[in-house]
Amino acid sequence: MAEVNLVINGEQVRAQEGMSILEAAREADIFIPTLCHHAEIDAYGACRLCVVELRQGDRSRVVASCLYPVAEGLVVETESEKIKNYRRTILNLLLQRWDNIPRALLDRYGAAPNPRYVENMTFCILCGLCVRYCRDVKGANVLGFIGRGTIRQVVVFPDQAMKYCPTCGNGEMECLHYCPTGVITSDYQGTGPANGQPLPHAYPVCIRDETNILEILERVGHLEY
Amino acid sequence: MARLASVADLEKLRQEIVAARDPGKTKIAICSGTGCRAYASEEVIAAFRAELDQRSLADKVEIVTTGCHGFCEQGPVLVIYPEEICYLKVKPEDVAEIIDQTLVGGQVIERLLYVGPDGEQKVKESEIPFYHHQQRLVFGSNRFIDPCNIDDYLALDGYRALAKCLTEMTPEEVLAEVDRANLRGRGGGGFPAGRKWAATRNAPGDIKYVIVNADEGDPGAYMDRSLLEGNPHSVLEGLVIGAYAIGAHLGYIYVRQEYPLAVDNLGRALEQMREYGLLGKDILGSGFDFEIEVHRGAGAFVSGESSALMSSIEGKVGEPRPKYIRTSISGVHGRPSNLNNVETWANVPLIINKGADWFTAIGTEGSKGTKIFSLVGKVNNTGLVEVPMGVSLRDIIFKIGGGIRGGKKFKAVQTGGPSGGVIPEEMLDLPVDFDALTQAGSMMGSGGMIVMDEDTCMVDVAKYFLEFLAEESCGKCVPCREGITQMLHLLRLICNGEGQPGDLELLEEIATMTKDCSLCALGQSAPNPVLSSLKYFRREYELHIEEKCCPAHVCKALVTYHIDPNKCRGCGACRRNCPVGAISGEKKQPHVIDLDKCTKCDTCFMVCPPKFSAVTKLSGSEQLPAAAPAGEQEQ
Ligand SMILES: Cc1cc2nc3c(=O)[nH]c(=O)nc-3n(C[C@H](O)[C@H](O)[C@H](O)COP(=O)(O)O)c2cc1C
Ligand code: SF4
Ligand code: FES
Ligand code: FES
Repeated sequence: MAEVNLVINGEQVRAQEGMSILEAAREADIFIPTLCHHAEIDAYGACRLCVVELRQGDRSRVVASCLYPVAEGLVVETESEKIKNYRRTILNLLLQRWDNIPRALLDRYGAAPNPRYVENMTFCILCGLCVRYCRDVKGANVLGFIGRGTIRQVVVFPDQAMKYCPTCGNGEMECLHYCPTGVITSDYQGTGPANGQPLPHAYPVCIRDETNILEILERVGHLEY
Repeated sequence: MARLASVADLEKLRQEIVAARDPGKTKIAICSGTGCRAYASEEVIAAFRAELDQRSLADKVEIVTTGCHGFCEQGPVLVIYPEEICYLKVKPEDVAEIIDQTLVGGQVIERLLYVGPDGEQKVKESEIPFYHHQQRLVFGSNRFIDPCNIDDYLALDGYRALAKCLTEMTPEEVLAEVDRANLRGRGGGGFPAGRKWAATRNAPGDIKYVIVNADEGDPGAYMDRSLLEGNPHSVLEGLVIGAYAIGAHLGYIYVRQEYPLAVDNLGRALEQMREYGLLGKDILGSGFDFEIEVHRGAGAFVSGESSALMSSIEGKVGEPRPKYIRTSISGVHGRPSNLNNVETWANVPLIINKGADWFTAIGTEGSKGTKIFSLVGKVNNTGLVEVPMGVSLRDIIFKIGGGIRGGKKFKAVQTGGPSGGVIPEEMLDLPVDFDALTQAGSMMGSGGMIVMDEDTCMVDVAKYFLEFLAEESCGKCVPCREGITQMLHLLRLICNGEGQPGDLELLEEIATMTKDCSLCALGQSAPNPVLSSLKYFRREYELHIEEKCCPAHVCKALVTYHIDPNKCRGCGACRRNCPVGAISGEKKQPHVIDLDKCTKCDTCFMVCPPKFSAVTKLSGSEQLPAAAPAGEQEQ
């Protein structure tokens, strides 16, 4: 793989061709926050917290760093005023779904719940990490999305769950460890198909368990401070 | 039908078709498009066939069932040639009279003619202002062609451009011609087709695809449907030419499920192409092979977005893919894929036949050729209109559209579909092209044009479009999903009289972020309705927030109904019709509305006889004087 040189926040950074800006930045210890990214899973581009500014002369362009491939001569700003403002707005919006976003992340961008917004505290930010892990890494397709637009949600398909969940991660259910908000609990192991309870075809995943939040947060993205 | 083995065969067939036709023969072109069918044009056609048979005139008069002529609102539409007499709103009962009076008697039936807002009648189609000011290069053939009969298309020089490409031009030359014509995409972005074709052609890989985007999800837009229904071969010819230039051997047509007639006509057109050897192996003996598959879309608005459309063709969920790699490099099945809109493809045969120089002579510096718009809303004439790029909005709305309905005042025009923007009266002289519309904060989009009059509330309009987008966003990325949710929430608060200082700034904050950070063009353009109305009608927003006033009297929560005691004659119409019994009053005495009971259903406003017009709607500070008469009555 060829090596490319780019500039991130004024710093010369070397990266392998094929890497994303995010990967290059993290290798160089440059912070970019993410909520839908995980090194083991293909990038997805949904949370948009990882946006950065690409400078081209006196023009600039906002791109998602988890997806944008590095290229020779790219000039990247990860914390420009514009980007910080955008991240604050994104976090403010997400706070309406998940109010346990790590303090340090909120403080860094001055984010806070906005009383003018309508609340929709589902605790699920639809990052798709669980769905993607189950589908792309495990090949199990137990989890999926239903609904479009503002009513989109994550559901579990009980038929699939009965087939795969009991043995996944030795009964631990691996996806639990990928949820950045700690929404998914092993609830449906107890009350769901595992003990023979009938469930609708698509059963919403929306049970939160605050005890595992912190542990999971540390596993996902650069959220440790 | 015999397979055509060469261009010479095609030209011979064309001559035979033309020779067998008598240009002097009376021909009635009756629209059988979706719009006219809704007004029972099928029955009119059946009545003509029956009457002509009965009078043994069937071989003297030819009936051509065509696609949409554009003036659907006046359907069923028919034109009698060679005189070009145009009859509108024709009913089956009119048929015998048309045959007696016009076909046999040579008399025009005035009742069926176009009558302008000024009362003036027009006999010929081309004299009707709605048609007169158009330049129907792409759409014009619709009125001469039976879409189910490929011979009609061939008679009008159909597939001559393809023949020319296959025998006289190399793929590179075809590409260069389209590039030189500066044909820009008619489906939304206005990206130069030549550049996209070149990128696909030059992309590595042997297998490449060409695709027609016929998803047309904008509510109220139907130009692509009308082209596919009315002149499918023009689109197909363009597609084969593109495939030849790009080096593709398979094409897809992604057409929405809700367009059954388009799918039917398309299917028949493909069959006929195959029979003639215009599709399949060794087209016209050139050695070029090409096949087309029709793919029916499930109908989500976002499936029209290029990467979502390609996922859908692959059988996956039609959700946008993050694409910093262009689909011309990696599209369907990861192969180079060239997607163009229906209308873009339909322009290609014209460019090849008449040349890039002819094409670039039409339009503006940056936007060449014509564009079909779907003109709807509060104008006198609604329908599909094709005009050269650069025509002013004023000409489209006032000359072709015949001005605002009911003598009301123009307020704004919304262009570009649900995520387009509004353009105010001051900018009516704007020449319509891709760049001017974008600069004005709106966009060309696929050519939607909704005209609004003084009774329209711009906050309500922004809310309406965001409601659509909230349902149609795929919900994948945060800026679009959550941004639209909260912008819509704020707009609802404002319309409800619950707006607060700072709300507009908050709207702008979300809008700017959503525009810049969303994953696909749906989210990136979703803030347009909000940003453009804030730009041109900010005062109207402020009035809603500061004075709880909706100047257009649309936002129910901000409006109260009153009866002017000086105008009310006590006819009782409102009292009898009010569904909640909120109106009281003696006969011949001024009536009064009990505001506590009033549900603002608008009934009294509608039923009060125009000669009295005693019911008024008041909003904001207008409501203060209204309090006085109520007090007086108590005294
Ligand atoms: C949400 C969304 C919906 C779209 N719908 C359509 C559509 O219905 N028809 C269409 O031709 N283009 C549509 N587009 C634009 C396509 O993504 C693409 O740009 C276009 O088909 C390319 O063809 P053109 O260059 O000939 O315009 C849509 C784009 C977005 C973001
Ligand atoms: S911008 Fe909207 S439609 Fe496009 S990917 Fe994001 S959520 Fe889906
Ligand atoms: S969009 Fe890049 S990490 Fe979520
Ligand atoms: S459908 Fe008949 S004029 Fe449009």
